[in-house]
Amino acid sequence: MIEIQNVRKSFGSLEVLKGIDLTVEKGEVVTVIGGSGSGKSTLLTCINGLEPIDAGRIMVDGTEVHAKTTDLNKLRRKVGIVFQQWNAFPHLTVLENVMLAPRKVLGLSKDKAEEIAVKQLTHVGLGEKLSVYPTRMSGGQQQRMAIARALAMSPEYMLFDEVTSALDPQLVGEVLDTLRMLASEGTTMICVTHEMKFAREVSDRVAFFHKGVMAEIAPPEALFGAPKDPELQKFLAATH
Amino acid sequence: MFSYTFHWNQALKALPQMLDGALITLQVALLSMVIGLALALALTACRLSGNRVLGGIATTWVEIARNTPALFQIYMAHFGLGNFGIHLSPYTALLVGIAFNNAGYLAENFRGALKAIPDTQTRAGRSLGMTPVQAFRYIVLPQMLRVAFLPATNQMVWAILMTSLGVTVGMNSDLAGVTQELNARSFRTFEFFALAAVIYYVIAKAVTLAARVLASRMFRY
Repeated sequence: MIEIQNVRKSFGSLEVLKGIDLTVEKGEVVTVIGGSGSGKSTLLTCINGLEPIDAGRIMVDGTEVHAKTTDLNKLRRKVGIVFQQWNAFPHLTVLENVMLAPRKVLGLSKDKAEEIAVKQLTHVGLGEKLSVYPTRMSGGQQQRMAIARALAMSPEYMLFDEVTSALDPQLVGEVLDTLRMLASEGTTMICVTHEMKFAREVSDRVAFFHKGVMAEIAPPEALFGAPKDPELQKFLAATH
Repeated sequence: MFSYTFHWNQALKALPQMLDGALITLQVALLSMVIGLALALALTACRLSGNRVLGGIATTWVEIARNTPALFQIYMAHFGLGNFGIHLSPYTALLVGIAFNNAGYLAENFRGALKAIPDTQTRAGRSLGMTPVQAFRYIVLPQMLRVAFLPATNQMVWAILMTSLGVTVGMNSDLAGVTQELNARSFRTFEFFALAAVIYYVIAKAVTLAARVLASRMFRY
């Protein structure tokens, strides 16, 4: 369970998170929508401790992320994240990209790490690309590799930060299909996205962020069908 | 004006002696590179340490090495240090001077290479649970080496050519030194120096080509 309690975060004088409360249960898929600068991506990077917070607290399975005593490297094995920019390691093949962390962080043997990597890459449809260098692949393929790389650590939670935003339109579909598959398998996910149709399909709950505040959160039928927050109504009118 | 008669035979007869000198040249250049690389790593670490004193020393080193003549650096190692009672042989002084110069250029090269690797690479590694050291070792460093490799090769060539400045501090066993002595005895300046130039050229080219082959094997992406 991920518990976000009254989290505040500023960059300089700009407060990007103004007291966020959100609890995500095991097996739940929560998507976060909202305009640029609404704080949604920042929240994700706070959850796995890549960004510090100024107030409040975030608990992952009872461990306080930003407590001084928390071993963040250990916590991050539990919480996988995939970014808008996929950040493939260009000097490693696709297989090596996925094997690196299981070997060095989890200390698995080469054979075991390879077995996991092949399984995850096959799962995201890259079973034929094992020995290819990522720069020779499309953005969509690199993004799917990044997803496999995060999944290879067997995380209990997955965070997706606008993973289709930097892709050419014709490549968005293949990545969304991968996310749909993960959602249907019961992966606990928080997805920040601009893909409304996708959010409507896969989510258990959808959260709308506006200017650092979670203005509304509801199951997709309610949020899209009968939005209450006036800013959300404007946002949906503009995106439809 | 063109009444000069070439005496190539005389130069060619001295070829074995010159090739022996070339080996010494290569030895000094290689050693200066190894020492230079180690020092450059230390200088880079100092600059990244955030410590103002260490950073200041490293930056001063880099500035002097890159913005003063290599000849002065070698002179200082031999005659300059001599004034303080530190007497280095011509060989050692040459090695120290070139290593000093190499370290300065290579440290700057490393800094550029480090800047060329985006922070998001480290972030991606950290998000997979790697420690900062692991992210540097397995993700940043290998990519940095590729960026730094060819400029470092240029420095190696430059180090080979710089060894010829050793004659100014009395170095007589390297290619330039041997050539100079042969010249002093025969005054066949053109022939001896032309032959020496060919040898320098061949060594420099061989180093560049070898580095390219090595790079294509090491960096396949």
